Parts: sequence; structure tokens; C-alpha cells
Amino acid sequence: MRRKLPLSLRLGAALTLLLVAVALLSLLWTPYPAEQVRVVARLRPPSADHWLGTDHFGRDVLSMIMVGARNSLAVGAAAVGLGLLGGVPLGLLAAALGRWGDEVVARLGDLVFAFPAVLTAILLTAALGAGAINVVVALALFNAAVLARVTRGAALAVWRRPFVGAALALGRGPLSATLVHVLPNIAGIVVVQATVLFAVAIVNEAALSYLGLGIQPPSPSWGKMLGDAQTHLFNAPLQAVFPGVAIALSVMGLTMLGDGLRDWLDPRHRSSGMM
Amino acid sequence: MPTAKPRFTLAAATILALAVQGAAAQSAMAQPRTDLVVGMALEPPHLDPTAGAAGAIKEVTYANLFEPLLRVDGDGKLVPGLAERWTVSEDGLIYRFSLRPNAKFHDGTAADSADVKFTLDRARAADSVNAQKAYFAPIAKVETPDPHTAVVTLSRPDGLFLFHMASGDAAIVAPESAATNKQKPVGTGPFRFDRWVAGDRVVLVRNPDYDGVQPKLDRVTFRFVSDPAAQVAALKAGDIDAFTLFSTYEALPEFRSDPKFTVTVGSTEGETLLSTNNARKPFDDVRVRRAMAHAIDRQTLIEGVLYGNGVAIGSHFPPHREGYVDLTGLYPYDPAKAKALLAEAGYPNGFDTTLRLPPPPYARRGGELVAAMLAEVGIRAKIEPVEWAAWLEKTFKGKDYDLTMIAHTEPLDIDIYARPDYYFNYKSERFNALNDELNRTQDPAKRDALYGEEQKVLAEDAVNGFLFMLPSVTVQKANLTGMWVNRPVQANDVTGVSWK
Repeated sequence: MRRKLPLSLRLGAALTLLLVAVALLSLLWTPYPAEQVRVVARLRPPSADHWLGTDHFGRDVLSMIMVGARNSLAVGAAAVGLGLLGGVPLGLLAAALGRWGDEVVARLGDLVFAFPAVLTAILLTAALGAGAINVVVALALFNAAVLARVTRGAALAVWRRPFVGAALALGRGPLSATLVHVLPNIAGIVVVQATVLFAVAIVNEAALSYLGLGIQPPSPSWGKMLGDAQTHLFNAPLQAVFPGVAIALSVMGLTMLGDGLRDWLDPRHRSSGMM
Repeated sequence: MPTAKPRFTLAAATILALAVQGAAAQSAMAQPRTDLVVGMALEPPHLDPTAGAAGAIKEVTYANLFEPLLRVDGDGKLVPGLAERWTVSEDGLIYRFSLRPNAKFHDGTAADSADVKFTLDRARAADSVNAQKAYFAPIAKVETPDPHTAVVTLSRPDGLFLFHMASGDAAIVAPESAATNKQKPVGTGPFRFDRWVAGDRVVLVRNPDYDGVQPKLDRVTFRFVSDPAAQVAALKAGDIDAFTLFSTYEALPEFRSDPKFTVTVGSTEGETLLSTNNARKPFDDVRVRRAMAHAIDRQTLIEGVLYGNGVAIGSHFPPHREGYVDLTGLYPYDPAKAKALLAEAGYPNGFDTTLRLPPPPYARRGGELVAAMLAEVGIRAKIEPVEWAAWLEKTFKGKDYDLTMIAHTEPLDIDIYARPDYYFNYKSERFNALNDELNRTQDPAKRDALYGEEQKVLAEDAVNGFLFMLPSVTVQKANLTGMWVNRPVQANDVTGVSWK
């Protein structure tokens, strides 16, 4: 691969690595315990003691952002991971079965798409109670539907190509053909889609926590921090800036990573560059 | 220069004329306004105070649109309402109300003793939907010797009967309009209903036929703004003249330093509690409840949640009322002692529990702080935010909860601890005996002493976490007068409000 990596891929990878690094660091070290409340020291502006200041309960904002990064990543990873586990096999199955099997998977997907992810999450938390687990389930459901659709489309295109027909003619079964020929050829598309969905999951988790339905205190969450900051917009506007920037940078990083990966992995690009 | 002088005169005359004109314009502007826009956080579900518990119903209608027999004024005193006089018999069983002779409902029909009988009989009927049915339970019969006199006979003495008859739940309604009051309320008050724009506002206009003192305002609009940032913005933009029960406490310093606004902080009847399920382990052990009381730092809580605008309580009684006993020193903030008590009760490593939080900011924010304080002594409370409907269903009615945080805003409601099926699941022979005696007692001094005893029992049993009184914060334009500072009942009585 002598081809130059796209700028968006490098920038995206850097931002995403930063996010992962911050999250990992928070496991070992934060400037203060992120849950430590000190009301007397609330709403302090950034200083040498508290680099990003303190929130309305006197908690250290930097520590909360760090642990919040870990929480965002965990929810994102779980939602996308479960989505991959559920969606990709379904998509492959639909493509391999064709006809009614295809139809069933497509209609199931429509059912999920009828409700936007955030709405599904709100419904689910209303029924089962607020919390990270229910948010993950709702987002994973949405992700699985998206991934199933993307996988199916890409797999169908591969199925129509002559080498798959040749493999079948030479006696490969559909399962074997799927694993050996189809999956490797669609992996790039799925990875790109998963990266974008990761960004979407982080935004949705923040939205739900902002509404009070996501990650519950005392565990910090960027969305909850934004929600808490809302009433302080007049007297401490910085409260909203830091979690806002954290969300924006993470989502930008993951989206650019996805875009860059797509440009880089796109088989058409590859064929011109390598084959 | 012979022309200089006339020219000067002309100029002077022009200036004078302009000045006079300006002054006239100014005096026209100085004409006080006769309309008022009151901001409220919550919209009422309907407008019939005799058929709903939502405080917002009374905050729109009480004293403005509907009148009970008696009213509670801004200082918490009983004053005449639809009844201009009343007498109580020696044995405390017969109450005689003399109604205002010219009182009329907004639809033009006379408001007489038959309406009083209808209202009270409706409220105490078996199928009554009154939120405070217990207020009417002592009534044995209602008689109407003449159109302007209603005589109420009780089956047992009730020291709070007059007080209850002054609540919005006891507003006098007419048989012709009772069924439609929810959407189109018809009362006897100085303002009548104009319109309701759902999701936005309720408009009342002056009732020109009111037989009592006419209010100074012609039109009162209640606007509903739930979002804290929008509340602040609406006040700053001048769209709202006064915001009552304002709960964005962090914005108060800014309004206080702005000469265009006046901020008042008064009392409410809202005892804010860490309500505890006394029937459920481990809270059935008084040592655990006392440990929690020692673990909670009320001053920090008041600072963190109310930005200092609140008063700590040590039992279920408001400090501004006669009969209050200060018990806030009984369980001083002492995490070490709390841990020791937990160990003694068999929980040296604390325990896991859930803290269910309804939507108001005092609960969501306060709950977060309380959970952090409990965590310090090893009680790991998982926070569970819920909507009102779910809270009422599961916690209040279903009594299926560990801990919750809620303000009890009904006035003089210490008797809830004597109710056998109340959601605290608290049972105390001692308290019930005191409550029975209180119901038999008319003498105010003796009643106050009994209230004191009741408060001590509740504090000793550490039934709930007794946290603070919810403040009544009003942010209003500086040239507005007559708004209530305190909230002795759920009301936004604007009958005495005017512009300077």
C-alpha cells in the first residue's frame, strides 16, 4: 500500500486515538476522583488546580470529561459491537437466501427504521427505566438494522459477480461461499459503516443522557454535563463549552475516520492503485 | 439687534412647547399598566380545583377565579371568602357561615347557600374526585336555613376544618357549571375565565360584576414555561412580569443585581424529604435511618440545590408556623457516627439501594447530592429518574420503593404519618395517639404543644430524611407591588397586585 493515506483518515485516526487514550488514561489516573463533590468549590473557572474548572457541585470538569470519554466509548463500542453481531449475519443470510428470507429481513429492518434510534431509546427507557444498558440495547437494535441493510446490499452485489457463480458451480455450498468469497469482499464497507455508526451512537448517548435517560449519576456523561450546564448558560457559560467540545471532537474524529477508511478501502480505489 | 429678542422668545416658546408635550407624553406613559403576565413552570392539566391535586390548578384559579368560603391571605391568616362572617359552636361541631348577599357566579347566577351545600356534598360523596376528600370527611350534614346562610355540622371536632375550608379544594362551585369547570371554569372570584391556549397560557379578565373589592388589574395572563433557560430569557426580555415559584436558583444573583427586577424569597409549606420505605429492609431498622440522617449534610444540600435559599428542617413541620420545634440539631452531620450506626445495625460495609427521583430540579439535583453523601458512609444508592406518572403509580400509590426525594407541599400535613396506608409505611402507636388527641383539641396553645410532641416522635424515629423547606422565590419587575412573598397555600393570588 504505497498509496498516500487520505488526510481525513489521518486526522480522524489521530482524534480517535486521542479519545481512546484519554479514556484509557482515566482508568489509571484522573486529576481528581470524577465523582467527588465539593459544593463550596463549585463553578470555578479554569485554574492551575482545576484545568477546566469545576461544575455546579464542585466536581473537577477535566476528570469528568475523561471518565465521560470512557463511558461514551463503552456505550458506543457495545452498541456497535452488538449491532455488528446481530446485523451482519442477518444481512449475509438475507443475501444468501434471497426471496422470502430476504423479504423478512428487509421488513424487519423497516420496522426498526420506522422509529428513530433516539425515540426507540426513549420508549425503551420509559418501559424499562433509564440507564446505560437500555440505551445500549436501543442503539444496538438500530445499528443492527442499519448494518443488516448495508451488508445485504453489498453481499447481493458480490453474489452477482462471476467468481461467486464459478465457486458455486465448482461445488461450494452457500455458507462456504458466503464466508470465503462474500464476507472478505464486503468487510471494508461494513467497517466504514460501523465507524460512522460509532459516531452516531456517541451523539445519541449524549442526547439521551442530556435528557436524563442515559448514563446515570454519579458516573459522569458528556450529555448529562451539557444538560446540567444549560441552566448556567447565563452565569457560567464555560460549563457547556467543554463537554460540547468533547462531543464535537469525538464525533468529528470518528466521522473523518469513517470517511477516510471508505476512500482508502473502496475496492475501486484499490483496483486502480494496486491491481 | 431688534430682531434678536423676538427670535429668542420664539425659540424659548418652542422649547417650552416641546417640553410640555414631552411631559404630557411622559405622563401618558406613566399611566400604570393594568395587565399582568405571571410565569409558572407547570401548566395545569385542567382548571377545576375541586377535582385535581396538581398545584398548578390552584396557582391559576385560587382567589382569582374561584373562592372558597374562607380564604388564606399572603400571611397565612384566614380571611373572608365567599362567607363574610362565620361562627363556631362551643363544642366545635357546628359551623355557621354567612355568605356575601350579592355574590354571583360568572354566568350571572346567584351564589347562595344551595351552592355551598352542593359543593360540600359533592366533595364528600362516595364518588367524589376531590384530591383532598379527607378534608370533607368530618362533615355530617349541610343545612341551608336561608339563601345567605349555610350551617355545617361535623360528626367529630376537627381543629383544621376552617383551614381546610379555605383551601382551593373547597372552592364553591355551582351545580350548573361543575361538570364543565375543567375546561371552562365558572367561579365567584374577581376575575373570570377568558381563554386557555393549551401549552402556552391561561388568560383571566376582570369580572365587572364582582361584589367585593375590585382588583386593579384588568387582565392577567398565566404563561407556562418549563425550561429554566427559557424562564430566565423570558424575564429578561420583559415578556413575563413576575415568575412565581422560580426554581432556577443559580440565576438569582444576576436578577438581584439588576435594578429592573425585585427578587423575594419567602416560605412555602413544602417540606422536602428523603422519603424512606419504613417497611422495607434495611430501612425498617431505626439505626439505619438515623445513620442516614447523620450522613446528610443539610447545609451543603441547601447550598448545592437551592443556592442557599432555603431553611433546614429536623422534622415534618415548617419553621414559620406556630408550634414549630427546632430539631435540626438531633442528628448533626457526622459520617463517622453514621458508619458506626450502620455497623451496629449489621451493615459494616454499607448496602445497595435505589433512590427514585421525580422530575423537579430540587429532586434530580438534590438526589444526586444525597446519593453522593450516602456513598461517603457506604450506602450505594442507584439513581432512578422517573416521570411524574410513574412516580405516582409505583412510589406513591404502589409503595414499591426504597428511597425517593419529594417536597410535601400541602399545608399542615403532619397527619399523613398517622395514615395507615401512606407510602412511608410508618406505623407508630405513639404518633397515632398524639394525632387523635390533636383532632379532639381546639385550644391553639394545646394544639401547638401537641404538634411539638408529634415532631419529636417523627424526629426520634428518623422516619424520613428531613431535609429543607422549599423556598417561594418570586422574580418580578421592580415596579410591581402586591405579589405574595410566601406561599401559605398553593396560590398565585393576584387580586391585590398593581403597578407603581
